[in-house]
Amino acid sequence: MNGLTIGSVYAIIALGYTMVYGILELINFAHGEIYMLGAYLGIIFLGIFTAMGLTASNLPLALLLTIILSTVFCAAYGVTMEKVAYKPLRNAPRLSPLISAIGVSIFLQNYVMLTQGATDKVFPLSFGESHLRFLNVEITQLQAIITIISALLMFGLHLFIKKTLVGKAMRATAQDKTMASLVGINIDNVIAITFVIGSGLAAVAGVMVAAYYGLVNYSIGYIAGIKAFTAAVLGGIGSVPGAMLGGIILGVVESLGAAYVSSEYKDAYAFIILLIILLIKPSGILGMTSEEKV
Amino acid sequence: MKRTLLIALWASFLFLPFKGVTAAAILFAAVFTGLTTIQLARKVGPKFLNIQNYAFFQTSVLPHFRSSILPFLLVVFLILPAVLKDYYLDVLIMAGIYVLLAVGLNVIVGFAGLLTLGFAAFYAIGAYTYAILNTKLGLGFWPSLPLAASFAAMTGVLLAIPALRLKGDYLAIVTLGFGEIVRLVLNNWDSFTNGPNGITGIEPPFFFGFSLGSLKAYYYLVFLFVIVSVIVIRRVEASRIGRAWIAIKENEIAAATMGIDTTKYKLYAFAFGTFWAGAAGILFAAKMRFISPESFTFMESVLILSMVILGGLGNTYGAVFGAFILVLLPEMLREVQQYRMLLLGMGLVILMVFRPQGLIGGTKRVHTGN
Repeated sequence: MNGLTIGSVYAIIALGYTMVYGILELINFAHGEIYMLGAYLGIIFLGIFTAMGLTASNLPLALLLTIILSTVFCAAYGVTMEKVAYKPLRNAPRLSPLISAIGVSIFLQNYVMLTQGATDKVFPLSFGESHLRFLNVEITQLQAIITIISALLMFGLHLFIKKTLVGKAMRATAQDKTMASLVGINIDNVIAITFVIGSGLAAVAGVMVAAYYGLVNYSIGYIAGIKAFTAAVLGGIGSVPGAMLGGIILGVVESLGAAYVSSEYKDAYAFIILLIILLIKPSGILGMTSEEKV
Repeated sequence: MKRTLLIALWASFLFLPFKGVTAAAILFAAVFTGLTTIQLARKVGPKFLNIQNYAFFQTSVLPHFRSSILPFLLVVFLILPAVLKDYYLDVLIMAGIYVLLAVGLNVIVGFAGLLTLGFAAFYAIGAYTYAILNTKLGLGFWPSLPLAASFAAMTGVLLAIPALRLKGDYLAIVTLGFGEIVRLVLNNWDSFTNGPNGITGIEPPFFFGFSLGSLKAYYYLVFLFVIVSVIVIRRVEASRIGRAWIAIKENEIAAATMGIDTTKYKLYAFAFGTFWAGAAGILFAAKMRFISPESFTFMESVLILSMVILGGLGNTYGAVFGAFILVLLPEMLREVQQYRMLLLGMGLVILMVFRPQGLIGGTKRVHTGN
């Protein structure tokens, strides 16, 4: 069950990768750091609310506000990152934005390390181990909440992309930027919105993981980023349902592997899956192949 | 003015939750005055403040580099051990090892245009090959040298054969994954690599019975490696193979149309580049006498890549220069040691946005028929 919970978190982070890739064809290397920022912001804001006494008097409100504030800040970070590090490079050779993204990633990691310290931060609230039984599977309350929130977010995003006008503009931009701008879509805005949504989702994932594990560290973004990226590639990068599928498969494989094969190599499974997928079917399970033209 | 104010406000807003109100206010003031100063300096100051304007450097310094500056630098580096303290020699030795890594990576990324994010893996393979050959089999430095370097090159080719089917970003990610797997294996294969504790008691090189373990002797050994690597790489760059690499980087499909076996030449690039990483690895192991997986992290790969990019992709001298800057600069700026990586990250973004060709810039050699 742990696999499903973690998998759905990977899926949410993977959505950010896949959306940005779908539109900009850029591997947003710093996306994992946004998730890390989300985890830290969650701890910071919840700490403030606890000090104010709000957590004690009204827990759901405090948690909700924490998530909202973290999401707002992460979205702000995401948009800033896009404006500063990616937008000027939109027409540059493809290596440039990737290197710039690595730069952002290193910057954010060290930024958090310097402002928040290099030691682990503890989530100011611990959730009880109250178990629920559901279809013969035992899960903790928190696991259930995380899985449900993730599912709702994924479903919401799916609706947003399929049903709203902005979602339609995003799909159009992903297909062909020039054509989209010719029919009056403001490409800059669409890209900004993509970063807002992707970063917001990463923030929620960050807060949930901080609550789940109870500990965060400035370096969690890198490994989570790689795993989410693996999930995105596994499902087919650029495809939103693919990211969800990929995340859940990865989470399950990882926890099964840790349980039955070797837990020392837990972090290596993602890399191995990534290598195998990229070498055998780079377009992923639900992805489409595109021919390169001169 | 209004824009500067907004940028400063925005930056302090982002900063607010991490360090509180006072720090955010300080940041606001700092960003505002900083940006205003830059704007003023750009208006009234001399042209050199514009980092895109290197006309002086490019027309007056670079053409004389090989004829007058390079020999001068060589002489300086030859006599340096006589005047430098041990500490600085130590730093220079590390700089030399990074030069080897940077010129090696430059072959793959700069010449052939194949972005590699796991270069530290080959560095690690070189280092561990010597460490294991030396501590388990008692093999010396010189017989291990070709073994370590070619073993690194062999793994490079073995990775490249399947990975080269991928393009650009994906290749970068595969090499990153490979780098992490190598590190995880080194970290967990306790019986063979001694896990996170690393391998101790590695011998320094001997030369006809004399130990080259002293800093001065080792300095000259590394110096020799650097000279050899630069000369060899410059020669290969100017050869048919080098031209094929450039062609592939510029336009792969066009290169293939011209009859270049792109896969073959890409494999050459991987083999040749990773060979130098293996050499750097054995030099590192023999210098430190102790190695552990901690020295070969993803950050190490990024650092080497930054050196290549800083100097200018595709420019061997640039890679040498970049390696020196990134090793020496943090040593000179001891006070900002903790901000080293923060500045490196910022520097990468600034470099990509304002000067993607690096400080020196990629040279485009013109080849004439004769």
